[in-house]
Amino acid sequence: MSTLLEPAPAPQPEAKEPPPAPPEPRSLPRWAWALIVLGVWIVVWSFTKGQDTLALGAREHTDLHNTFTEFRDTVLASRDTNPFIQFTYQLGEWFKVAVEWLQRMISIPDFPRPVPQIGWLGVTAVATWVGLAVAGWRIALLVAASFASFGLFGYWSDSMDLLIVTFVAVTVAIVIGMPLAVMLGTSGRVGNSIINTILDIFQTMPTFVYLLPIVLFFGIGASAAVVCTLIYALPPLIRIAGHGIRSVSTTTIEATDSAGQTSWQRLRKVQLPMARKTIVVGVNQTIMAALSMATIAAYVDGPGLGQPVLSALFKNDVGGAFVPGMLIVVMAVMLDRTTTAASEASEKAARGGIDLKRRRIVLAALAVPVVVALWMSRYFTWAAEFPENDLGARIADAVNRFTAWFVDVFGGATEWFKNLISELLLNPMQELLAESPWYVSATGILAFAAVFGGLRALLPTVICIAGIWFFDLWHDAMITLNMTLVGTVLVMVLALIFGVLMARSKSVDLVVRPLLDAGQTIPPFVYLIPMLALFGPTRFTAIVAGVIYAAPVAIKLVADGVSGVSSTTVEASRSTGATTWQEITKVQLPMARGSLVLAANQGLLYMLSMAVIGGMVGAGALGYDVVLGFSRSEEWGKGACAGITIVLIGIMIDRIARAAAVKESVTHDPTKRPWWRSAMG
Amino acid sequence: MRNTRNSWMRGARAVAAVACVAVVTACGGGDIGEQTQANQEDADAAGGECGELNMAVNPWVGYEASAYVVGTVAQEQLGCTVNYKDLKEDVSWQGFGTGEVDVVIEDWGHPDLEKKFVAEKGGDGSATDFGENGNVGIIGWYVPGWLAEEHPDILEYENLNDYASEFATSESGGQGQFLGSDPSYVQFDEAIIDNLGLDFKVVFSGGEAATITAFTQAEENKEFLIGYFWEPQYVHAEVPMEQVALPPYEEGCQDDPAKVACAYPDTPLKKFVSTEWSESDSTAVDLVRNFNWSNDDQNQVAAYITSDKMSPEDAAAKWIEENPDKVEAWLP
Repeated sequence: MSTLLEPAPAPQPEAKEPPPAPPEPRSLPRWAWALIVLGVWIVVWSFTKGQDTLALGAREHTDLHNTFTEFRDTVLASRDTNPFIQFTYQLGEWFKVAVEWLQRMISIPDFPRPVPQIGWLGVTAVATWVGLAVAGWRIALLVAASFASFGLFGYWSDSMDLLIVTFVAVTVAIVIGMPLAVMLGTSGRVGNSIINTILDIFQTMPTFVYLLPIVLFFGIGASAAVVCTLIYALPPLIRIAGHGIRSVSTTTIEATDSAGQTSWQRLRKVQLPMARKTIVVGVNQTIMAALSMATIAAYVDGPGLGQPVLSALFKNDVGGAFVPGMLIVVMAVMLDRTTTAASEASEKAARGGIDLKRRRIVLAALAVPVVVALWMSRYFTWAAEFPENDLGARIADAVNRFTAWFVDVFGGATEWFKNLISELLLNPMQELLAESPWYVSATGILAFAAVFGGLRALLPTVICIAGIWFFDLWHDAMITLNMTLVGTVLVMVLALIFGVLMARSKSVDLVVRPLLDAGQTIPPFVYLIPMLALFGPTRFTAIVAGVIYAAPVAIKLVADGVSGVSSTTVEASRSTGATTWQEITKVQLPMARGSLVLAANQGLLYMLSMAVIGGMVGAGALGYDVVLGFSRSEEWGKGACAGITIVLIGIMIDRIARAAAVKESVTHDPTKRPWWRSAMG
Repeated sequence: MRNTRNSWMRGARAVAAVACVAVVTACGGGDIGEQTQANQEDADAAGGECGELNMAVNPWVGYEASAYVVGTVAQEQLGCTVNYKDLKEDVSWQGFGTGEVDVVIEDWGHPDLEKKFVAEKGGDGSATDFGENGNVGIIGWYVPGWLAEEHPDILEYENLNDYASEFATSESGGQGQFLGSDPSYVQFDEAIIDNLGLDFKVVFSGGEAATITAFTQAEENKEFLIGYFWEPQYVHAEVPMEQVALPPYEEGCQDDPAKVACAYPDTPLKKFVSTEWSESDSTAVDLVRNFNWSNDDQNQVAAYITSDKMSPEDAAAKWIEENPDKVEAWLP
């Protein structure tokens, strides 16, 4: 099974950082310094709390925010004359034409036909055949089963729409992204870190911030869906493919250079072919990121499975959102496994491991039934329109009943847990972060950055803190930061428990991993309502939603880290008579420390990316500001500033964690686990 | 190698083609062909008097009910091609100028958008006010039904402070919690609470789904909850809720957002359309202009959609069938 659904280390240290400086000798361990900083902070807080917290009311905004809003209004007012908008609008029209043409082919009736040109039978047959051709029997079966499930559960047309939008967006992403990846892979250190920072910004900026401008520049519907998917899905490709090209061994390049090749030849004949495997990983992650935009795109009438999820959400119909939500998961798993297997199969073929002649004969023979199915799906209603059934509706009902039962039974038990976490962790930490004067909090954060990341972390932290202060949402930023930190604590607790369990037992791994895949790809809108019913509109609900999304990554990273600890070391400790507990705490976890830091880093960033979803379930703070900016045009500036602030917090956390991680060795192969972040927001 | 494959492919295609032709001729081509022809004839006969109607569908059930009733009438009785577009309010208004949206059927009052897009308000003229749609929006402070029954005095705002501690939650920092709602809605609750001297803190649920879930749970578990809510809303049919009396609304008492200390006014909901579309000769223009129905009508269709789990199309068709006289009055 592939593990590629999994996101991975954020920007890779080794891709752009110089070799780590040797850790400065310290007289005290890091945790002791951290405690000292915390102690001083608490003392200062107790004298100064409530002063200069820079709190801003829910509907208050500053001149800076107004400047942003006015800028947007000016652009909007100029839309009929602005040549740039005319150009982008034309671009959007082309996307729309492409998507609509494909829709008429396979998903919506092509007037005057009452059905699309090619019905479900034909599409399924062709897809299965392609699966067989690129990746073999097992994948062909998976593809056939997936397509059948789209129809069986009653979302054929929406599924095809999502597939089309993903296909168009990913195609454009490859066309734009590959040249940029080559640039990233062959540029110097400065170019590299500039591109990487831009990619960071793209990946952490909440989508809701740029959704309205996208509509302004590209129009409503398919075009907006393609563009917002594109913006979100492009960075993983550039980052991972660039990393692959850069990682081609210098000896190989030197050897071929000595034959007198031009740089174009070097790229085409050496770097690209050798980085092929990593490039496929990049494409795979791009597809996953594209799918995770499905529900967001539905906010601007983007076609696809996101639409039924969203419309079920506003009817509080959990089951109605669950079925299309699961189909998004099915599609993600199908595309993930197919691209992975395809890349493995082509590698095998290249090494001569497959009898090509036989394969071609089989494929050609099987093309006959495929073509027959195609024709039938054009002429017969039953093969053109998936026969109606109430399977989807019955599952939705069952899910609704289960949710009602679950909320009924556990409703009381969850209340004390929520209050416990709120009172023990959330409130005290929020007091300290948000109710201290801003300069005290800023100093405290800087001190922590210095303790954990040393001087390397200090400079980016200073820049980010200054930025957060500049954008006038300091108080909200501290509350969001606090929720992110508390959520990460919960994520790490889960990651340690399940990560160790998975690493120590193959069967646990086998059961848990698909659940983790689902947790990462299912749109959060599906589980928001049960969460709301259990915990009410609170910060805690937002944290739980974030944990569901962030824990899978962290668990997988810890599991891989722990199982990466060499078995000889573990054997050695066993021979000294260590108990299982000692073996875990004294050998496996300390040896996997690098992975733990990485898991915490990813956990933090994933939690942060759920801030906007949090804003929709009562968490307030930056997430609410972003939603507000999206909902009311006069508040757009405030929403944009909140979005930028989220980006700054993300970059700050990432840089501190990376600087801290440089001191620990990471126990995996980073190329295997590219970074793609949340869909949400 | 290449040649082998090509000849194989060619052979395969030939076999496939023969097989298909055989199958198709044997069964006479099914009914897709007939329907294609029928569709074509219908389209020719209709003559395109209505053309396309781009209907924005804002994300709440009441809106969906209105949009689909108008859309279904346009489609069935005027022969329009109706495109429903799932959009938030702001995006819908932006679509007027680009021809992507023709009709917003239920508007709760967006002065800032009117200022940008309606000519009389100083905008670019891409939107036109098409008058009221008959629905009246009621906004206010609501408590779950059980609470109103058990503590009837809670329905007067003067008594709210006596219960403030009961309303406290993990989010409200010791004060009573007042649940604010989706940021899209007009809300002055922070000011009202301040100016009436209430010991409450506004916590924003952030979305309609969150607010509805909160009220449903509060009624079910008999918990204290007070918050911003509104009618028409389908959930009133399922969860009893009572409105808390605030100082009555008077003309101008909400002009200064910081000084508001009165109830929300009843809002007549309005229709806005694309100016360009309204000047076209589409027969649907008059339909939208004439469309007018009551809160009860809308709640009925909303209940079909939510309680009976009907698709919006079916719910609209059912209501249209049951109310032919009302529909008749809208037709041009």
